[in-house]
Amino acid sequence: MSAVYETIGVAGAARESAASVAEAPATPSRRARLAAKGVRLAPEGGRLRPVVMKVLPPFLGLVLLVLAWQILAVQNAGFPTPLETWHEAVNLFSDPFYRKGPNDQGIGWNVLASLRRVALGFGMAALVGIPLGFVIGRFSFVYGMFSPLISLLKPVSPLAWLPIGLLVFKAADPAAIWAIFICSIWPMIVNTAVGVQRVPQDYLNVARVLNLSEWKVVTRILLPSVLPYMLTGVRLAIGTAWLVIVAAEMLTGGVGIGFWVWDEWNNLNVPHILIAIGVIGVVGLVLELALVTLAKAVSYEEK
Amino acid sequence: MASKFIDISKVDMRFGQFHALSDINLTVEQGEFITLIGHSGCGKSTLLNLIAGLNRPSSGVLVCSAREITGPGPERAVVFQNHSLLPWLTCFENVYLAVERVFGGKEVRAQLDERTWKALELVGLAAAGGKRPNEISGGMKQRVGIARALSMEPKVLLMDEPFGALDALTRAHLQDELMRIVAATGATVVMVTHDVDEAVLLSDRIVMMTNGPAATVGGIVKVRLERPRDRLALAQDPLYIDYRTSVLEFLYQRQGRPAQRFAA
Repeated sequence: MSAVYETIGVAGAARESAASVAEAPATPSRRARLAAKGVRLAPEGGRLRPVVMKVLPPFLGLVLLVLAWQILAVQNAGFPTPLETWHEAVNLFSDPFYRKGPNDQGIGWNVLASLRRVALGFGMAALVGIPLGFVIGRFSFVYGMFSPLISLLKPVSPLAWLPIGLLVFKAADPAAIWAIFICSIWPMIVNTAVGVQRVPQDYLNVARVLNLSEWKVVTRILLPSVLPYMLTGVRLAIGTAWLVIVAAEMLTGGVGIGFWVWDEWNNLNVPHILIAIGVIGVVGLVLELALVTLAKAVSYEEK
Repeated sequence: MASKFIDISKVDMRFGQFHALSDINLTVEQGEFITLIGHSGCGKSTLLNLIAGLNRPSSGVLVCSAREITGPGPERAVVFQNHSLLPWLTCFENVYLAVERVFGGKEVRAQLDERTWKALELVGLAAAGGKRPNEISGGMKQRVGIARALSMEPKVLLMDEPFGALDALTRAHLQDELMRIVAATGATVVMVTHDVDEAVLLSDRIVMMTNGPAATVGGIVKVRLERPRDRLALAQDPLYIDYRTSVLEFLYQRQGRPAQRFAA
């Protein structure tokens, strides 16, 4: 009873306050004043609309994927449904970091092993590729030297380099890192070199008129000007590296998400393969987003 | 010495097959304000780049302050047409870059900072020192460019159509400011322009160039108007109108428009 009474009391108070607002000589809203003058305003758009428009399309895309998957699974025996895969994934991620011998480790360890290889190969490629790109872009003689070599070697699949890595390093792990190194170095060299060549002549004229030292030219003019190009190269490189590591690990074995996919295929554990595809996609997306954010943070605005 | 601060004699400039400048002879006195005027493509900017040392002439000699010009130098500061500020540095840092280069060896950080602020104050932009070029207007950017050039305490200020990209009101404002700065610092200025009013208002002498190819000095008008000059008063001044007319006559009657010649 008391609850009902209270509710009525609150409603009464609300009505009172509404009345006091109406009585006060408060300025009516702009909308109301214009309406009184006979001006017809366009209806106010809902605040929710932009949010909905942003969330709805990706959500529907995801629904479409799951739907297609479900249809595929129903029509093919042995192909797991989304729900089965989900249950399997929950089970798998409940303990991502276990070790039961070298060939049976949690998915977390496998992803980390792959990331470690990518980081090593990619890091070394950056250490070599970015300075090389600078030199190639700055001196036309060096450009003439390396340009045909790069054109020749760039289209070669990094996996073709894997046997060379195995031959030289006599071990699977460094060979996989070597394949990552080879595939990440080209975009970094090429983009850095293009960036250096595209430094606006105006800025170089400023450097000449001010008679800046080579060190100042590099740190104050070349580096900031090239940075956006360089980061594009880095982004392309990390994307390719993440593509290549899966394939390389399938060939080299050991621990790693690529190896894991192959191992689960040998076990005929299809849900795990589907989960691995999802994990590879998510990690690639996170890498890409991280680099886009970095690029936005360091690039300057033109004009 | 003082009468021949910049001495350009028998300068020829060819870019491959193209004969840009032919037999240029010109002397500039210390503290003089010279404008180079002519139709576009006549090689005014080429001549300015030669004085700046950004290019070397095909033949002939350019001398500045009794030394041959063999390359760019801080005693000849350049204000570029499109301001050429580095977009990743603040206005202060853009000017500081120049100050540090010229005075870095002799002075400590505080003195260099002070010089930078002084240069920005001179163009009325001390308040915008912390801003980046993309945060200020076109006129302000050009003023920072002028501050950068002036901060080097150059013997000569070389300006390549510095106000060409600005609207008429901003341009007039900056012209007035430039006159004030030049009067205060006694700078020698060589400025490229294609604006007749700007040339007459600012110059001690107007160097009129013939149409290219093989452009040369077609005539020189000595502007004997009292300084400080006031644009409103001058608009009615018969002498000003005379100078203006003679430059216009040179540009439109004696030299015609290059477009008409190409069309023929």
